[in-house]
Amino acid sequence: MTSATAVERSGKERSRHGRAGSGRSGGPGGPGGPLGHGAWFLVLPALIPVLVLSVGPLLYGIALAFTDAQSGRTEPTEWIGALNFRDLAHDTLFWDSFGIGLLWAVGVTVPQFVLALGLALLLNQNLRFRWLARALAIIPWAMPEVVVGIMWRLVYSPDAGVLNETLRDLGLGGGRDWLSGLATALPAVIVVGVWAGMPQTTVALLAGLQNTPQELHEAAALDGAGAWRRFRTVTWPALRPVALAITALNFIWSFNSFALVYVLTNGGPGGRTRLPMLFAYEEAFRYGQFGYAAAMGCVMVAVIAVLLSLQLVGRLRQGEEGR
Amino acid sequence: MSLRTSGSARAGQYLALLCYLVFLAVPFLWLLSTAFKPARELGSLHPTWIPRQPTLENFRQAFDEQPLLRAAGHSLTAALAAALIAVLIATPMAYVMARRRGRLAAAATGWVVISQAFPFVLVIIPLFLVLKNLHLINSLAGLVMVYVVWALPFALWMLSGYVRALPAELEEAAAVDGAGRIRTLVSVTAPLLAPGIVATALFAFITAWNEFFFALVLLKSPEKQTLPVVLTHFLGAEGVADLGPLAAAAFLATLPSLLVFALIQRRITGGMLAGAVKS
Repeated sequence: MTSATAVERSGKERSRHGRAGSGRSGGPGGPGGPLGHGAWFLVLPALIPVLVLSVGPLLYGIALAFTDAQSGRTEPTEWIGALNFRDLAHDTLFWDSFGIGLLWAVGVTVPQFVLALGLALLLNQNLRFRWLARALAIIPWAMPEVVVGIMWRLVYSPDAGVLNETLRDLGLGGGRDWLSGLATALPAVIVVGVWAGMPQTTVALLAGLQNTPQELHEAAALDGAGAWRRFRTVTWPALRPVALAITALNFIWSFNSFALVYVLTNGGPGGRTRLPMLFAYEEAFRYGQFGYAAAMGCVMVAVIAVLLSLQLVGRLRQGEEGR
Repeated sequence: MSLRTSGSARAGQYLALLCYLVFLAVPFLWLLSTAFKPARELGSLHPTWIPRQPTLENFRQAFDEQPLLRAAGHSLTAALAAALIAVLIATPMAYVMARRRGRLAAAATGWVVISQAFPFVLVIIPLFLVLKNLHLINSLAGLVMVYVVWALPFALWMLSGYVRALPAELEEAAAVDGAGRIRTLVSVTAPLLAPGIVATALFAFITAWNEFFFALVLLKSPEKQTLPVVLTHFLGAEGVADLGPLAAAAFLATLPSLLVFALIQRRITGGMLAGAVKS
């Protein structure tokens, strides 16, 4: 057995112990314990709003997808079966938008993970100015999405923007209109998406890093494992669950995002940045096609669910073979 | 990780950190710079980082062009109400989720996870119809209700983490001393949880203050709109924006969230950790 696998082995044992430790079911609330029926009184105040304003609307929304509901109509809404979905299948505009949404979600999630992992590894080091970097790294989290969009519009602005000015200074030409160029709009918007989601990802990964056993690092270093090797055998196994979770969440959040792109381009130019959320929003609240827009929502959820479970299964299998 | 890092590697790390700092800070600094630039400089082809003639004119103009104060008032009301109600109803539930392992707690945790994947479109249309029937469209009350439910998953996640961090022995000791269930919760658990509750409330405040999509859909008349919605009015039609006042207003709208966030930054990151230790 090489020392690296020994290190990996003990790391796994350690985490198993940790899990067993936190899984205690004791305390005053075992089933049938003193919390007993009183629990319902504690739960109801939150449960009722959740049922009325979250679970209820979700089910209602799914039902709407099978109706011809429209805004401002006088005749009663009728069940039309899967007609909305049949129409949707032939709606090339929607599928274009859907493709853009996937491109955007992957384009945001992947660089975001790589960049945030790099930043988290740096912030985990004993560097000077680390406090400053930590504070700055978190700032986008606190900003309204609308303001993030406005801010980047100023950066991308053709004349008064800092990006074009810097490019001009570097002699790379200028005068580009990033957000209204057919080729540049989507990449420009993706950069903003990456920027805006960096904090959550970095904080989550940093938290994961701080849970990795320090002694294992030292042991691996003593055995002569280089930085990359230590990362592979000590850091990554401990970080993997956090990394998987935050990546999946980032993907979902990006796919469902609205405000950033609404402010930056409002879906333009020529629909090049029209994310499915923007598409469905217009369908529902500009054209009043509630039923059709709800069907779009259903399709979005279904596809995301399938993609995520495929990815999860793939990763799990890959992880098992790696052992 | 500070073992045997060579000098050149250290230098590389600082360089990388610098690149990150530039990437993260530039947009915000540019917003500041634009907010204090006179219109003449904004129109010139070679914008500078430091305004040549700094001015407050943009701020005055921003207040003239849009009802920022009224919008800020609406935002403040909605965010405060949502934060208070969310914490008030989430704390007991989070307590149950943390202390009791059963179907109820499992269902609540499941809902917290699933709600993160909610497609807003699918929820907003029925919500719009329901609130319309209740005559709560175009009213802050309706918006607050939506914000409360929207803030609940994260509030439950954080609060149940804080509860789990409290030793259950304390409550058992109080019970042994003859304190009733409610008495124990109010006089033993609640005070210990207070810092966590405050942090959670402030976080809910920030999310509500920053929220845009629900406000855009649910508040139709201009005199009811919240700050993020009013900010988008500066963009005008076809993206012809008055950059100076836009930057000034955007900067002002960010200040409250930044200040509150500075207060709770440590607790938020700690809370995410605490919430994550379970399972």
